[in-house]
Amino acid sequence: MTVPESTRLARRLVGRAKLGEQIEVCAGSAVRTEVRVHGGEVESLTVAESRGVGVRLVIDGREGFAHAGTFDADVVSELVAEARDNAAFAEADERVGLAEPDGVDAVDLDPGDDRIASTSVDEKLALALDLERATVGADPRVRNVRTAVYADTRAESAIVSSLGIDGWDRGASCSLSTSALVNDPDGSTRTGGAVDAAGAPQDLDIEKVARLAVERGVQLIGAGPATTGRPVVVLEPRFAATVLGIVAGMLSGERVVKGRTPFANRVGEQVAASALSLADDPIDPDSLSASSFDGEGIACRRVPLITDGELNGFLHDSRSARGLGTATTGSALRGIRGTPSPGHRSLSVAPGDGDLEGFLSSINDGLLVASLQGLHSGVNAVSGDLSVGVEGIVIRDGERAEPIREGTLAGAIPRILLDIVAVGADLERLPGGSLMSTLVLEGLTLGGGSAA
Amino acid sequence: MLDHELINRTLSTAMSTGGEFAEVFVEDKRSSSAVFDDGRVEELTSGRDRGAGIRVVVGDTTGFAHTADLTEAGLRSAAEAAAAAARGGGGGAKTVAVSKSDVARGEPARIPPEDVAKATKVGLLTLANEAARSEGAAISQVSARYGDSRRRIIVANSDGLLAEDDQVRTLFSVSCVAAGDTGLQTGRESTGRTVGFELFDETDVEDMGRRAAQRAITKLAARPAPSGAIPVVVGPGGGGVLFHEACGHGLEADLIAKGASVFANRIGEEVASPLVTLIDDGTMAGEWGHFAIDDEGRPASHNVLIQDGVLTDYMWDHLRSRKEGRPSSGNGRRQSYQHLPMVRMTNTYITAGQDDPAEIIAGTDNGVYVAQLGGGQVNTATGDFVFGMTEAYLIENGEITEPIREGNLIGNGPEVLTRIDMLGDDFTMGSPGMCGKDGQGVPVGDGTPTLRVTSLTVGGTAA
Repeated sequence: MTVPESTRLARRLVGRAKLGEQIEVCAGSAVRTEVRVHGGEVESLTVAESRGVGVRLVIDGREGFAHAGTFDADVVSELVAEARDNAAFAEADERVGLAEPDGVDAVDLDPGDDRIASTSVDEKLALALDLERATVGADPRVRNVRTAVYADTRAESAIVSSLGIDGWDRGASCSLSTSALVNDPDGSTRTGGAVDAAGAPQDLDIEKVARLAVERGVQLIGAGPATTGRPVVVLEPRFAATVLGIVAGMLSGERVVKGRTPFANRVGEQVAASALSLADDPIDPDSLSASSFDGEGIACRRVPLITDGELNGFLHDSRSARGLGTATTGSALRGIRGTPSPGHRSLSVAPGDGDLEGFLSSINDGLLVASLQGLHSGVNAVSGDLSVGVEGIVIRDGERAEPIREGTLAGAIPRILLDIVAVGADLERLPGGSLMSTLVLEGLTLGGGSAA
Repeated sequence: MLDHELINRTLSTAMSTGGEFAEVFVEDKRSSSAVFDDGRVEELTSGRDRGAGIRVVVGDTTGFAHTADLTEAGLRSAAEAAAAAARGGGGGAKTVAVSKSDVARGEPARIPPEDVAKATKVGLLTLANEAARSEGAAISQVSARYGDSRRRIIVANSDGLLAEDDQVRTLFSVSCVAAGDTGLQTGRESTGRTVGFELFDETDVEDMGRRAAQRAITKLAARPAPSGAIPVVVGPGGGGVLFHEACGHGLEADLIAKGASVFANRIGEEVASPLVTLIDDGTMAGEWGHFAIDDEGRPASHNVLIQDGVLTDYMWDHLRSRKEGRPSSGNGRRQSYQHLPMVRMTNTYITAGQDDPAEIIAGTDNGVYVAQLGGGQVNTATGDFVFGMTEAYLIENGEITEPIREGNLIGNGPEVLTRIDMLGDDFTMGSPGMCGKDGQGVPVGDGTPTLRVTSLTVGGTAA
């Protein structure tokens, strides 16, 4: 097998290390196709390849970084010198350094087939056009579609370091997404969106995406202001992924080292209801986020985070691991434009008992969440405060009742975890890769414009 | 960056299969940043991105390709890819000749970032850290970030336009964590302007460090925020995010054209309280959302969107304005050469009113005073929007009393605009923002005087 160009470039740059220097080079490329469709016409078609190189250099505990969005020799040749110069201005710290190979073998993931590459552009256009048509046709109340999108990416990247790291990985995925605009008889508009992702265009389910988007919009017809209170909150797997993704973000080893999480020093403690077991499983071959290597070239592995409610540990890259005197968990995330930091790739919950409909039938006063808004402005991972905009369906006496909009849901994340009432057995593989089931929570405050 | 002849040949290639419009956008961006965290200068980063994005329009379809290869061969292949993507019907070839635009370039940065020693940039971080930590032992963590970028662009199109800009931006922020019996709290302070290192002639980074620290310490005593609908007073500068979300996005012509905005077909109607005059203005020199030309080569302009409560115009890019047979409003922007331009805001603000800010508070019996806002988000089709409060207090009997914990506020744009009943005379521009739309981020500014909304839903945990 020939050596990829990115690996050759990375090895060449690593060869420029001087005595006493550690150097790590991440180089990669991606080919992207994106089709956006509106009103039965192709609005835009993008076909492009991008490349990038990032150089991290460590000398005497000081780290410098430089990156460029090209493999062009005139630009790349400056990167090592620039990273070296940057390192000179950082302050030394004994925790700074590159990852050392830890002897764990990388799982050889199926690189997938070549169907994204072999599918013609015309077929990809047809997918997006068909999706828009299916969305509009799914229900007479659908006015139109904001945008229907087909997108695919084929990416490869190499990571090579002077400490013996030398990995290369590739991946490919494609997705379809649509956003339905639904007429509400009161003159306003309701929206519903859905997405599907797969390893090949042929595995995308147009009808399912269209149907879900429209159902999600239609169910909100007639939505009125929420009534302030403390209903039992039911999260479908996609929203469970959102909330547990925030939790996993707070379990980053870097946050622990730097005192930016309420979960520091709590390993071994009961931090969640015993119904919850959560892991990061980046080597699950069924996950589109699966990866052989992490951002430092260390083998990815399954990392238990919470088992039966008890905190197992944190997600580490080599630096955060050194800071806590432990070993990397192979959880370094990075883009080529930045240095790594630890995080999750593909969350996985252990199945509990029951499913969505069963849970709903047992709830007297509840809210089935239909959308969450303002996650970036409403979550403080340091204090643990969570407050987001919400649309949903009121659950009354075990039945779906009226829809609500313009509400807020608020609580403290450490408290929310302890107040989990149930974790469903209805595991669902989400487009982002995670494996999630329905989550039932108590103790959240629903705020709304309507008095109780 | 590229000579005119090469640009002409590239545009001619792009038009060779019958395109109606073609454009070459060339970008060369250098950026640098320095981060202080956990007690030391942690990392310096340098970045370089250069390349060209080429689009070809045929009918309603845009073909787009980009390349980091600025050689003749690289540009030709991208132009061919864009032309093929636009599915040109094979019409006659068209030769393109661009001419130098008479659009004035922006004022050059007085102190270009590349002329400043790295040690000087790093020194600012250390000063901010020391100032923040001097606010008290409760401050358990401080991070400070310096960032600059210099973005040189050329835009040329088949209408013969050729325009250039040289955009320099400088950013500084401080984030603190305070630890107390109630847990951890955060405080942040940021400033960013479309200028060079002269930013620090007018910016006291030690003062920023102290304010960020005080904010975190104050919040240690914060009570749970109320939940439900109550009057909200937003302090000067902060309310820009509210308008950015409540109506800014909804006035973008691409969303209007798709029927995805509650403000479609409402020109000439009263959409807001008569107190409200809303402007989007890319010409405001030095402001975070400023530029000389937009990313389609159109000069920045001062656009009145709402005048005394009446909707007067939307914001436009090249594609949408061409379709309507009107000029672009200079709102065509893109994150980088790897992205297609679309309608985006620049600096969006509400002009000053006549109320005394102190009287606005004194005239509010019970409510919430938001001193600093975080980001926000809007569903333009429903008009429902949220924005975060990162520093807020209760108003009790006309006085600002206790701090409250962070949270989002939610409202419906068209309703909230009519519920603005007081507007202060203390106009201020707010903090630099990064606005996201369809996966692209661009720098935007905003500003407002102190204002009051008679009712907004606050997303707290208190009953």
